Amino acid sequence: MSERGHHPAPLSPVERRVAALEALLTERGLVPEGFIEEITRRYESEIGPLNGAKVVARAWVDPGYKGRLLTDGTAAIAELGFGGPEGDHMVVVENTPDVHNVIVCTLCSCYPWPVLGLPPSWYKDPPYRARMVREPRTLLAEMGCPLPGDVEIRVWDSSAEVRYLVLPQRPAGTAGMTEAELAGLVTRDSMIGVARL
Amino acid sequence: MPVDGIHDLGGMQGFGAVAHSPAESAFPDRWQATARALMEVVAGAVEASGGEFRHSIERMDPGHYLTSSYYEHWLTGAATLAVEHGLVTHAELEARAGGRFPLSGPALAPPVADTGPDVGEPRFGVGDRVRVRDWHPPGHTRCPRYVRGKAGTVVRVDGTHSVPDVEAHGPARRYEPTYSVRFDAAGLWHDGQRGVTVHVDLWDSYLEPA
Repeated sequence: MSERGHHPAPLSPVERRVAALEALLTERGLVPEGFIEEITRRYESEIGPLNGAKVVARAWVDPGYKGRLLTDGTAAIAELGFGGPEGDHMVVVENTPDVHNVIVCTLCSCYPWPVLGLPPSWYKDPPYRARMVREPRTLLAEMGCPLPGDVEIRVWDSSAEVRYLVLPQRPAGTAGMTEAELAGLVTRDSMIGVARL
Repeated sequence: MPVDGIHDLGGMQGFGAVAHSPAESAFPDRWQATARALMEVVAGAVEASGGEFRHSIERMDPGHYLTSSYYEHWLTGAATLAVEHGLVTHAELEARAGGRFPLSGPALAPPVADTGPDVGEPRFGVGDRVRVRDWHPPGHTRCPRYVRGKAGTVVRVDGTHSVPDVEAHGPARRYEPTYSVRFDAAGLWHDGQRGVTVHVDLWDSYLEPA
């Protein structure tokens, strides 16, 4: 009985299946040493919405950069050092007082990894994917982003190779802020288009 | 096994609220990171294209797809590809897991023997009216069901890319331009909301002149 409490919790069915596939592939020499740890580290610390926030803040303070960003998103984002898988064909769509953009992937979960990181669970789950193309006005309001009826909503379904990033409007009252301070205002949700700043 | 897969969710009704969270870690549980890594291992070992990877998930049993999380999809797809390419057997997986190990259903489309010619020059330009072919291919496609048969306007011409419908089913490839096509919500849905446009990125062969 002295070992009580030292046993790990029993594995759930999905954990048993993951362990089974991992063991079999490892036995066949297909899983490089440390590979799983490397994947975890890469996606937890190298990429994330902080990258996108830097892109947005630069566009707010530098009209020339903003112009390049809206013309060739991939190249302008690469100027800040960001790029790679799911970011090879970037299109940046600009919010204005009259137009609100929002991104979705109805067929799977395509998302601009280099600038936003991996997508949140709700972006990958059926309700968001089903509803954003059919009733975006209702869904945005439910998610805390009600829009006046005269604001046009443009939904972008990432169904091919392009990945989208929303350029939110710069909030009022931020004229004296530095680029780094501005980046701190930019949220993941504002760059997906489910929030306004 | 439905031809129009359960993954094609755009416009489906009855799902309820989005479980929105402002922030979350990339992998709340370690098995999710492992599942992601194992898909990368398998896809690399069998040289799976993006289309073959996606289709391995789309072929999941619809009930399983809707009731399992994103990384369980990846696990199921990875295991399916591993079995189909002979890396492991289904019996080995179930023996090791000590229970059922559901895999995706079989691909219904055969490998494409004759891909037809690549399309180098875009057939359409910005402002052109196009209509999406109304068809239901038995295999993988990136043409969402909710735009089939619908007319829209080209707003952007993108580069030339491998057609998913071809690459998902074998080593053959065909390259075509893709376009961003704008649809008015009122033309997509009987209850389409005012002031809404939906943009879908579509390969050349999905479209015809409107």
